[in-house]
Amino acid sequence: MAKHIKKSRIFLAGAATLALCLLLAYACQPASEESVALGGNALPETVDFNMHIKPILSDRCFKCHGPDPKTREGDLGLHTEEAAFAALGKDDPHYAIVPGDAEASTLIRRINSEDPQEIMPPPESNLTLTDYEKKLLTRWVEQGAEWKKHWAFLPPDMPMVPDPENQQGVINEIDLFVRATLEQKGLETNPPASKEALIRRLSFDLRGIPPSIEEIDAFLADDSPDAYEKLVDAFLDSDHYAERMAIDWMDLARYADTHGYQDDFERTMWPWRDWVIHAFRQNMPYDQFVTWQLAGDLLPDPSLEQIIATGFNRNHKITAEGGVIDEEYRVEYVADRVVTLGIGLLGLTMECARCHDHKYDPISQKDFFSTFAFFNSVPEKGFVAELNGNPSYAPRPHVTLTEEEMTDVVSFIKNRDSLPEIELMVMRDMDEPRSSYILNRGQYDQPTDQVFPAPPEAIMPMEAKPNNDRLDLAGWLFDKDHPLTARVAVNRLWQQVFGQGIVATPFDFGNQGALPTHPELLDFLAIKYREGGWNTQAMLKYMVLSATYRQSVTASDRELEVDPENRWLARASRIRLKGEMIRDQALAASGLLTQKVGGPSVKPYQPEGLWEETTGGGGGSTARYVMSEGEDLYRKSLYTFWKRTVPPPGMLILDAPTRDLCTVERQKTNTPLQALLLLNDPQVLEASKGLAYRAWKEVEGTPSDRITYMFRLVTSFRPDEEELAVLTEYFQTELAAFGDEKDRAKDYLSSGMYTIPEEVPTETMAAYTLVANTIFNLDKALTRG
Amino acid sequence: MNPFEKRSLQLNRRAFLSKSAVGLGSAALASLLGMRFWQPGSAGEQAASGGIDGVLNALHHAPKAKRVIYLFQSGGPSQLELFDYKPLLNKRRGEDLPESVRDGQRLTGMTSGQDSFPLVGSQFGFNQYGQSGAWVSDLLPYTSKVVDELCIVKSMYTEAINHDPAITFFQTGSQQPGRPSIGSWLSYGLGSSNENLPAFTVLLSRGTGRPNGQPLYSRLWGNGFLHSLHQGVQFRSAKDPVLYLNDPAGLDRAGRRRMLDQLEKLNALERERTHDPEIESRIAQYEMAYRMQTSVPEVMNIEEEPDHTYQMYGPDSTTPGTFAANCLLARRLAERGVRFIQLYHMGWDQHENLPGAIERQAKDVDQASAALIMDLKQRGMLEDTLVIWGGEFGRTNYSQGTLTDTNYGRDHHPRCFTMWMAGGGIKPGMVYGETDDFGYNITDKPVHVHDFQATMLHLLGIDHEKLTYKYQGRRFRLTDVEGHIVHDILA
Repeated sequence: MAKHIKKSRIFLAGAATLALCLLLAYACQPASEESVALGGNALPETVDFNMHIKPILSDRCFKCHGPDPKTREGDLGLHTEEAAFAALGKDDPHYAIVPGDAEASTLIRRINSEDPQEIMPPPESNLTLTDYEKKLLTRWVEQGAEWKKHWAFLPPDMPMVPDPENQQGVINEIDLFVRATLEQKGLETNPPASKEALIRRLSFDLRGIPPSIEEIDAFLADDSPDAYEKLVDAFLDSDHYAERMAIDWMDLARYADTHGYQDDFERTMWPWRDWVIHAFRQNMPYDQFVTWQLAGDLLPDPSLEQIIATGFNRNHKITAEGGVIDEEYRVEYVADRVVTLGIGLLGLTMECARCHDHKYDPISQKDFFSTFAFFNSVPEKGFVAELNGNPSYAPRPHVTLTEEEMTDVVSFIKNRDSLPEIELMVMRDMDEPRSSYILNRGQYDQPTDQVFPAPPEAIMPMEAKPNNDRLDLAGWLFDKDHPLTARVAVNRLWQQVFGQGIVATPFDFGNQGALPTHPELLDFLAIKYREGGWNTQAMLKYMVLSATYRQSVTASDRELEVDPENRWLARASRIRLKGEMIRDQALAASGLLTQKVGGPSVKPYQPEGLWEETTGGGGGSTARYVMSEGEDLYRKSLYTFWKRTVPPPGMLILDAPTRDLCTVERQKTNTPLQALLLLNDPQVLEASKGLAYRAWKEVEGTPSDRITYMFRLVTSFRPDEEELAVLTEYFQTELAAFGDEKDRAKDYLSSGMYTIPEEVPTETMAAYTLVANTIFNLDKALTRG
Repeated sequence: MNPFEKRSLQLNRRAFLSKSAVGLGSAALASLLGMRFWQPGSAGEQAASGGIDGVLNALHHAPKAKRVIYLFQSGGPSQLELFDYKPLLNKRRGEDLPESVRDGQRLTGMTSGQDSFPLVGSQFGFNQYGQSGAWVSDLLPYTSKVVDELCIVKSMYTEAINHDPAITFFQTGSQQPGRPSIGSWLSYGLGSSNENLPAFTVLLSRGTGRPNGQPLYSRLWGNGFLHSLHQGVQFRSAKDPVLYLNDPAGLDRAGRRRMLDQLEKLNALERERTHDPEIESRIAQYEMAYRMQTSVPEVMNIEEEPDHTYQMYGPDSTTPGTFAANCLLARRLAERGVRFIQLYHMGWDQHENLPGAIERQAKDVDQASAALIMDLKQRGMLEDTLVIWGGEFGRTNYSQGTLTDTNYGRDHHPRCFTMWMAGGGIKPGMVYGETDDFGYNITDKPVHVHDFQATMLHLLGIDHEKLTYKYQGRRFRLTDVEGHIVHDILA
């Protein structure tokens, strides 16, 4: 312990006296709310309703003065212009807001009051306003209290492309928008990243795997002006691209290989996953991609492929727990579809309106159940007893795929087990739609008023259609005036390549969501995406071609100070790789990776007993974990069998969601369990061994040459002199430490099924394997910079 | 805790630098992580010995409990065989449950099709014990000796009637998955008080009552939307007590140290090059992992306990992975400052053959549960350790399946069931709440699951309405939008 303390002292002294200042600054902060408004300490010259005021009203006031009339206090609503400016009080007429007159405005008086009976928000709400926020509100009223509709509920408007001063190296409009903002912030863009950094970044962002050494060398050697663009095109036109895109969509669609409740029986939905990969491989336009998934079955004379796509809305959990009430769970599934539509496609927290009107957004409980009505006519059951012990049973409605179809019209389904037929859950509507009602408190057994299919009107009204079905809902989503669909979709693509969205809350574009850092750019991209035919590859290409994307990561002290989260993009972000990418990188670098697309999910190494110790004895094929064999141990991680109640531990440790619900953003954490996983997981140890042997076999030369090779395979960079010296010395130390302890070396090489040929010197291989394991654990290996 | 790691953990996001410069935003990040610098008198008071501080700057009031050991009895133990003595059910054995008593209660699909609902009383005797005179079943001879330490709550009720939603409700405050569990909330709010062990640990055991009863799910100890540092860490009786804890064969501690030293050197170079503060955090996490490799086996090594400890906890306690061994382990974790120790004992879901099953199941837990109370008391730890014993719901007063002279079963019953709590600011020697003579409805002092959760947080110094986390625009809390503190049971 003494050793570490010493180290820390050196660090504190050496790294930054800033750290100590911070300690003090931080400790003195009162435990109050952080401000929700954009901006710094200085009040903006012109206070903007959407940027500065509405976030405060929403977060601190809407709870009692918002869209939900049942909880509205004192007859005051601050969610609409009309309500906010209405006269209050019969005996003592007054106004919450008097434009231009802060003193006469009750709102301003009460937020500044010191009387606990008077002050707003009241103490019992546990909400407070910061001084900065009070000043903002006051200035806004003084400046005339201009009201605007929530930005995200207005259709995107083609903005003027700005004309910043520094246009050196500008490639496309993205750079102009970003630089204009940087100039306002007094920040400057970084120079381009090295070619090695760039190819690694691009490879993970578009393909989810590291570039091969051949790819790196070819790119380094290619001096043609379009070298980078050619690389982008090649990466987009690959199975890896389709698989990488599928990972995010599987999170959004809450894909899993089990039903998710109680005994958590196996299900067969992987053909739907194969369809998703296929669709990305074909670069299917986003409007078509989504329309098929929402309503493929309702298209005229639907193809089998279009019907398979509707499995999207059957990926929710399904229960077979003895004794549950059927209707209770059926309602749960329908509600899940609404939640997924909201979070995934609309960027709205629709679920908040299930039990009462939304507290922050203009979504009433009636809106929730009117949207619910679109998904409520599926001939399905809540309790599906047949699941018990029959993994190939698919709850109705389902489609049966024949062997013939799988070799013909839907040959993208990789029927590796050569099953004569596969049942797959899909969507279908009953001939007579089921009646839908507003459910009091969201409870299945408390229907009140009847409702009919309609999306939330305040977002955009939908014209009444003859059927008012899911196909009409899809049409509404892709109407050219829809304010959310395109913004939400491009924002997710932006998040994919820049690390975080222009709206940092990709799941919430409503009043409580983050404000866009570059609102005009977001609109520009949304319109470009829509007008360009919802071409996902073209949009990604446009983003990664920008100079903004191609910057280096190095951050100056000032940038770290002013913009620690890199919201303004004066540099590229270093991003920790997703769990799947970390494992796939190990497989790819070691040469163990099996590159096969699609098919039934596989079961790679997993610590013994994890399924067994939680099973109730039921579960059938999911009661015990039966490890896969041979090449199935080395498939990409998106094919790992996903048992919802006990997900693959390595993925969970690396922040994959449980797939219980629609997820569009993962955490990026840093924990000791991650360190243990990457140091001791047999999968990583086996890959280390594979990498060591690969270097041994493929490189003739000194240990330094072999270490350089391993280093490049994993991190995509050449080690610098110092890095190479550390690793080479480490290799020599470990080789000496093994000495003649051949058995110990053999033990160290015993992880996993993969074996190194006998003739290779064991101690040497063990020492290289230690080096390889060290490389896999480098921060450089776990991130893309 | 060594300041280097502490700092890195707390400032685990690159955004940490924003505080001094911008003054905005990083509080959000700190709360995202659920970490704050330790200040005297804050929630992190115990952190004097090291650890990570919670998001709460200061506790909302003085705490009575510093840690919790929650002995979760998974499957729904029958209150009627254990604590809620109802002689009327023996008198009216075989008679149909009067409709006036049932009063519209919804039934699970397992008994809703039954022609009749024959009442059945406990096959096991009851006696009164201790100064409190609490009724306890003959199935719990050891528990009966410690009743004066317990507060037995007979008037618990819940909303769910099936296991999955009911357990999820108890552990996360919501019937549907996705929310953080109790232990995660506490880790987030209070932090940990041991730098080498996680704040929230989980121990599983399988009962002998109905070994293949109903399952558990790892989401019960999941962090939901909180930072993954707050997830429950399972301590297993397997070779790796914590997943991936052991170094591989052929690598000794010195060898591991050498590797970590190289790793640190190389990561420090990367830090110099990129100025990314996240890298320091990475280095710190590897050091924490290294220390866990020593601290976890040390706490798991119950062999060092003297013989009289084993005698107290009973013969099962020498077998790793049993409930008794886990109770002993819980005490060892508590001694080392682990904040929330969650045990799950499976096997209480006794729909049929209940008499035989519950006899075995009660034997699994009786001696060790009582021993844990006495052990903590002897060590002076009971006063600030809250011990909780109970399941996700109770069982019906009528038989599921055919009632015979010697056999019956019971279905799930959400309307009333029994839990007990002890230590940590709970009033000892108390029986709280009443049910009717049929053991079907609560007649006095109902306690909802959210009330229980609010009370638990209160004992830890937390106002359940104030420990919140903003996610997807809404401030979530363990007790959702409900919950009242049960003041009557506080010492």
